[in-house]
Amino acid sequence: MEKVIEKAVSKISELAIGATSANGGTREKELKIGGQSAMPFLHFEGSMPNAPVVALEVWDTVPEEWPLIADEFKDIVNDPIKWAQKGKEWGADLISLRLESCHPDNKNNSAAYAADLVKKVLAATKLPLIVIGCGHPEKDQEILPAVAEAAKGEKILLGMATKDNYKTIVAAALASGHSIIAESPLDINLAKQLNILVSDMSMPLERIAMHHTTGGLGYGFEYCYSIMERCRLAGLAGDKIMATPIINMIADETWKTKEAKTPQDEQPNWGDLHKRAINWEIACAAGYLQSGADILVLAHPESIKQVKQTIGKLK
Amino acid sequence: MALTGLDIYKLLPKTNCKKCGFPTCLAFAMAIAAKKTALDKCPDISDEAKATLSAASEPPIRTITIGAGEKKLEIGGETVLFRHEKTFFHPCGLGITISDTTSPADLQDKIKKFNALSFERVGQKVKAEIIAVKNDSNDKSKFINTVKEVKSKTTALLVLLSNDTSALEEAVKIAGDAKPVIGPANISNADQITAIAKSNNANILATGKDLDEISTVTGKISASGYKEILIDLSNVKDITSLENLTQTRRMALKKNIRSIGFPALVFTSGANTYDHLSYAAMAIAKYAGIVILPEPDPSIFLPLVTLRQNIYTDPQKPVTVDSKLYAIGGQPGANSPVIVTTNFSLTFFSVEPEILNAKVPTWLLIVDTDGLSVLTAWAAEKFHAEKVLDAMKKANLESVVSHKKIIIPGYVAVMAPKLNEISGWEILIGPREASAIPKYLRSSWQ
Repeated sequence: MEKVIEKAVSKISELAIGATSANGGTREKELKIGGQSAMPFLHFEGSMPNAPVVALEVWDTVPEEWPLIADEFKDIVNDPIKWAQKGKEWGADLISLRLESCHPDNKNNSAAYAADLVKKVLAATKLPLIVIGCGHPEKDQEILPAVAEAAKGEKILLGMATKDNYKTIVAAALASGHSIIAESPLDINLAKQLNILVSDMSMPLERIAMHHTTGGLGYGFEYCYSIMERCRLAGLAGDKIMATPIINMIADETWKTKEAKTPQDEQPNWGDLHKRAINWEIACAAGYLQSGADILVLAHPESIKQVKQTIGKLK
Repeated sequence: MALTGLDIYKLLPKTNCKKCGFPTCLAFAMAIAAKKTALDKCPDISDEAKATLSAASEPPIRTITIGAGEKKLEIGGETVLFRHEKTFFHPCGLGITISDTTSPADLQDKIKKFNALSFERVGQKVKAEIIAVKNDSNDKSKFINTVKEVKSKTTALLVLLSNDTSALEEAVKIAGDAKPVIGPANISNADQITAIAKSNNANILATGKDLDEISTVTGKISASGYKEILIDLSNVKDITSLENLTQTRRMALKKNIRSIGFPALVFTSGANTYDHLSYAAMAIAKYAGIVILPEPDPSIFLPLVTLRQNIYTDPQKPVTVDSKLYAIGGQPGANSPVIVTTNFSLTFFSVEPEILNAKVPTWLLIVDTDGLSVLTAWAAEKFHAEKVLDAMKKANLESVVSHKKIIIPGYVAVMAPKLNEISGWEILIGPREASAIPKYLRSSWQ
């Protein structure tokens, strides 16, 4: 039967993370995402030069709100260096370091601390790096410029730039040659607006990734899913502003849910807790792969392995 | 898909007799195309034209009913490729396979586990609905016995699969009037299976090595006037399933190709349970009408029923939770904090887990804001002091807690003086973001 082909008029922009020694950095590889000219994995009507990648989520403090991870990897999660080093062993394509301890409600660690930690992580792993601030808009304006400076030359992906603090963070990323994650709260118009604002500061669109504020499975998944689809369709239809790659912070939206915390003796028909929690992360990732995820940030080694395998089959 | 006015005009008598009430046949045709009048207003229309026009007005993907009565499942009938374009109407069925080679003990175990695949999410009961019984033994009596066992011990909707048409004929009678799916129908047995399905009111699962062959099989079945059909798009390679699932939906919606305009059934495949889960998640997101996995594992089905619920939520209406007082995190008492917020489900499901994270048992008072989030509801005047007071009274909060303190979201701090004035309660300004609730409850709440 004759296939129904929908040719895209445009491509998703291609974003590179990580600089090798040839490019003045110390990463073992340069990772590319984006560049597609079709909806996810529809190879019959376009190309997907770069398959989606999987990042290992690493915190600089024990993630108390992820009891299963905190317990199963208790010898690792208390040390961000050791944790980041697991990335390679667990098969992740890159590391996503979250500077949670800098939050005023946490340890309120300083910009100097953040810069120092990022240097140590860069020395401890050769994988490309994403650095995410603490999520406090004002505090991130202090720590992320220091991080950008400390990682100069390594072409990291720096986030989250929001409508409240993008100017400082984008300026810092520009000054040190990094790319940026523009984050907006589950709203396609705000996403577009922020991408315009960021690119108006002469940040090339090829150095912007979008985060629509990932909804966990069962916790707003459908909103994020549809916004991603709409962005991707718009990008393929020629809207360059909407054609930036997409990141999904799946670990953070999985391991704090009640499905990833409630033991089986409290919910007998929910099945084994350990398996259920990993399944929650895998199912969420498998869903977002279909709506246009380019970077999936995960926590459990089993999920990383499985999601990499799924991508391998589909790519 | 829908015929244009000119297409319809070609089928009319072109006499301009005006008996339909329109000045010309062309005007009448245009009115039909715009769905402003019906074809039967034309007294001289030929039967042939009627048949063509009624076929064209059928939905591009047929709605298929499995089962009967309250637990019937309707699938198919979808009209869009992406849920944001309108909505996906009929949540796909989820289920498991049971082979007739399963030992009696394993069979009982599987049935028991299947019956427990029932969950409550967002106030809705969700569950696995389907059992596909496979005649792997090629032994008719084993197949029949397994079907009988499944039928008598579960309320599952049935998919009955055997290459022996006489076994199917017997099995379909066990299902009774609960309209099962039977198959697999292929090029060589399609006529026999159609006859069995017709006389027993069953759906048919059409199979083939590719879409062309499937289309030939459905063509044979529907040539007899019977159209209760599903198509099997399982493939050991996930990517081929994704292609076929996408292509069949597109061909039906965009090209109005009737022979594949039926809901698709997918049996997942893979080397381990994670593979099956990943395959099933893809099939739920991308257009499958039924997804069948090998094992009734609740740790797999809970995420899958949740994904199904998410994908099939109507994006046109905000999802709400019941507006009432919720006890979160164990057993809050008379001294426990009270947090108030809106009935937008995303607000609720952001706040609820953070309260659980705080490990401080808390009363959560949900105000009916027509499903709007905190700031939007405030701007639309659907979340203000009087509304909160109403909800406090309705929940009889005075008799629930003894402290007369209520925590409002930081974003609506502005309503605090008014709420204090009309309620007499002390108004505490909570954090703006749900993520700050644990810290707030642990440190600021006394």
